[in-house]
Amino acid sequence: MKLLIFIFILLFLTPTLNAKELRVAVATNFMEAAKEISKAFAKETGHTAYLSFGSTGQLYTQISQHAPFEVFLAADQARPKKTIKKGLAIQGSRFTYASGKIVLFSLTQTLINPKGTLKKENFTKIAIANPITAPYGIAAVEVMKNLKIYKYLKSKIVYGNNIAQTYQFVHTENAELGFIALSQIIKKSSGSHWVVPKELYSSIYQDAVLLKSGVNNPAAHEFLEFLKGPEARNIITQYGYGSSSDEKI
Amino acid sequence: MLEYANLWSPIRLTLELAGITTIILLLIGTPIAWWLSRSNSKWKDIIAVIVTLPLVLPPTVIGFYLLIALGPQGPGGWIASIFGGRSLAFTFEGLVIGSVIYSLPFVVQPIRNSFDAIGKRPLEVAATLGASPWNAFWTVAVPLARPGFLTGTILGFTHTIGEFGVVLMIGGNIMGETKVLSIAIYDYVETLYWTPAHILSAGMLLFSFVIIFSMMKIERYFRKTGK
Repeated sequence: MKLLIFIFILLFLTPTLNAKELRVAVATNFMEAAKEISKAFAKETGHTAYLSFGSTGQLYTQISQHAPFEVFLAADQARPKKTIKKGLAIQGSRFTYASGKIVLFSLTQTLINPKGTLKKENFTKIAIANPITAPYGIAAVEVMKNLKIYKYLKSKIVYGNNIAQTYQFVHTENAELGFIALSQIIKKSSGSHWVVPKELYSSIYQDAVLLKSGVNNPAAHEFLEFLKGPEARNIITQYGYGSSSDEKI
Repeated sequence: MLEYANLWSPIRLTLELAGITTIILLLIGTPIAWWLSRSNSKWKDIIAVIVTLPLVLPPTVIGFYLLIALGPQGPGGWIASIFGGRSLAFTFEGLVIGSVIYSLPFVVQPIRNSFDAIGKRPLEVAATLGASPWNAFWTVAVPLARPGFLTGTILGFTHTIGEFGVVLMIGGNIMGETKVLSIAIYDYVETLYWTPAHILSAGMLLFSFVIIFSMMKIERYFRKTGK
């Protein structure tokens, strides 16, 4: 019994010794990588990063309504810039942590020539992320416009609430194909995909920023430093992102 | 995508969805309610529970099962294939199916209660007067159950209008097809377009108030005039 009480007290005390907590708003495309990074971060520092996911636009809305996030990992540069402009984030804390890649993905193997598939239109639904809130949705529209097929495909588009729901639409085969983030499928081998050439869309530079509410939390500062470090960089490239150093703002 | 001209499309779509759903619910809800009210079957309680389930289930659970059921691997995909489609998800028809399930208890329950309240006596009288069961049902039971039908219709209609979670999961946010009012409001709020969000939300608030208020008035009228 005494031992049990001792263990309990120990359990209660340990996190308070020097381990802190922080809340991070993460764009959904970065979900898997962020989970891995936060695990590595916890291992190294003992701090716990609580991750919340949503589309960049949704997270921005929440932050603008003073959601208690301390770090914002967006899927674009526009929203982090806006948070700084509106005084919601710390000037000078913004940096590009990843550059995203978009893929056309289908669960069926028949997607051999993606350009051909898109032009042939032998499918009924194509899923993309909602462009008003998700940067990957904007990129998807851009790709279709550059391939001069947007007009024809418009009636076949279904909009995911964020890139995760978009992937789910394709994965449940309710849509035959969809534009999603490379990071979502890079560690899974089923289906077929086409990594869209860079020339077909504007680069998806994803910026991180320290939010006002995180200024006095050392863990938030440490998390951003950790994100720049080699271990996090390694995870980020593993998920198919371009590293930020070679493609700067 | 965000101009004010686009406000009308979700409103019209929502009214269409709620209207069609309510009609279907009255058509299938009435026999269910009648059976639940009159049957002595041992399955009665089980069916009653199943009909009531959508009342307590999270919309995400309904949405999840619907997504699978409507998809290419489910019965929805099979139905869609008859019409040359692949999946009933992301279609207006799919939303109707979802809404019928989602609003079922709101229509069946009040009608059943009304049937229960009639009791056996009026129908027995009708039978002794030579009315066939079918005849007695239409000339005696249905008119007597009018308050239940009215409540069921209003609740079914308004509950469908208020549907959000299920549509978010199976809709795909398509303008003029699956982008209903609640989704439009959600989109506006999420993108900080608060003026259209205010317009639509205030409209919903007013609409709901008027509906519930008039329902109370009508119920009171029925009670006064004695069923």
